[in-house]
Amino acid sequence: MFKVFGSFVLFLYNMVSRTERLKVLWNRFFEEAILIGVNSIFIVGIVSAFIGAVTCIQIAYNLTNPLIPKSTIGYMVREMTILELAPTITSIVLAGKVGSAIAGGLGTMRITEQISALEVMGINSTSYLVLPRILAAMLMFPLLVILSMALSILGGYLAGTLSGVMAPQDYIEGIRTDFIPYNILFALIKAVVFAFLVSGISAYKGFYTEGGALEVGAASTSAVTNSIIAILLADYVLAAVLL
Amino acid sequence: MIEISNLEKSFNGNQVLKGISCTLETGKCNLLLGGSGTGKSVLLSCIVGLMKPDMGSITFDGTVYTNSKVEIRQEIRRKIGMLFQGSALFDSMTVAKNVEFPLQMLTPDMSPEERRDRVEFCLKRVGLENAGNKMPSEISGGMKKRVGIARAIAPNCTYLFCDEPNSGLDPATSIKIDELIYEITHEYNITTAIITHDMNSVVGIGDHIIFLHQGKKLWDGDKEHILNADVPELREFIFSSSLVRAAKRVEEEDGPQGLEHLAHEPLSEL
Repeated sequence: MFKVFGSFVLFLYNMVSRTERLKVLWNRFFEEAILIGVNSIFIVGIVSAFIGAVTCIQIAYNLTNPLIPKSTIGYMVREMTILELAPTITSIVLAGKVGSAIAGGLGTMRITEQISALEVMGINSTSYLVLPRILAAMLMFPLLVILSMALSILGGYLAGTLSGVMAPQDYIEGIRTDFIPYNILFALIKAVVFAFLVSGISAYKGFYTEGGALEVGAASTSAVTNSIIAILLADYVLAAVLL
Repeated sequence: MIEISNLEKSFNGNQVLKGISCTLETGKCNLLLGGSGTGKSVLLSCIVGLMKPDMGSITFDGTVYTNSKVEIRQEIRRKIGMLFQGSALFDSMTVAKNVEFPLQMLTPDMSPEERRDRVEFCLKRVGLENAGNKMPSEISGGMKKRVGIARAIAPNCTYLFCDEPNSGLDPATSIKIDELIYEITHEYNITTAIITHDMNSVVGIGDHIIFLHQGKKLWDGDKEHILNADVPELREFIFSSSLVRAAKRVEEEDGPQGLEHLAHEPLSEL
């Protein structure tokens, strides 16, 4: 356990100790930002909208007391979305999509000697391959979380109003009640931390793959599993420290 | 010239290289010959810096590589071109982009036009002037090896390393790849090291042959003297090769004349 952690820290140190030229990293950063961010918009949008819709319907189902105003449903959808569902569920979805792609891509490059080819050329392979991925993830995860928040709340609105559970003005009133702007900052901090964990762990697992195609698959699976565990642990720690 | 002195390397107590000392000569095809598991690939990995030897030193034209500063190692690495066993082309780039890649990374002062010209030159040199826009997945194994050679020579490398350049290729393509490496070595006067266990390569391009057996260097010399080498392991290796077995079969069936006839037969008529 400690050996793996030490190896992970050394991996990150190598990545930043001797970086490639800024122009090279800049170009790579944009390539990765498109792969990680833009290509994930669809899946994040679908998941977020449906989670918001289901959350709204289920809260309405449980709130049977006539003394509790209907606007509470909107309030609860907003709070759950901003504090937990958008940053955590989006990051778990991205751990599956982006984490497996990073681990699989680097693992394949390792077993086909493409990483060795970079190293023989005198290129710092961790800096060239991993640093842009981590930085791109740390930029794109928060943006995707913002999108997720918006679509989740919109999903809740559509589900609540179209199903006749509540009136549109009740939902709007609910999502505007007792709004705490710090919660948005908290969610974005979580997204940045989760991005670092997902991209870092997945890159580490992929980069040190040994063997053949079977091991690349195992590295991807391990990357996703470890990333999700790391997200859940970090989620608890951040909630305990920052709230 | 690359001088290797007393190189040792072990993995989990298993000593793979046992004090190897040899010289890879400039302007020659230096063949690292030996059977599977004799330490050829480990030796090459130590020379190019992919592995760190436990003991010994490697010197590139007078500059000590092992245990030297990162800057010195980087400087030497930038003079190294390598053709990998599986070609190791970057999947996401076209053939031309693969060849251009080391130029982009290692020679930032080069203008895009100069880079384009150099890529065209290198692709033409390996006979792939029309394949620049193809992806690695769209070309054959032999073409991939050629692209690998073009990528290795693009930044004007001083040292060229080839890890089993003939693996997975048909005999005719193998000979063409060998000839290409041989021509490039002599044309640009570079130090070339080739891992092989193919006697065709030994006979064809073996300017300087280093025979490894069980992690030790047992013999080195040129192809003219290899058959006279008084090393039982080397003789056993040579006479177990398919080339020699085929020649022996011809000799048995047609006598010495058959062998003589075979040696002078044009390749296209065989």
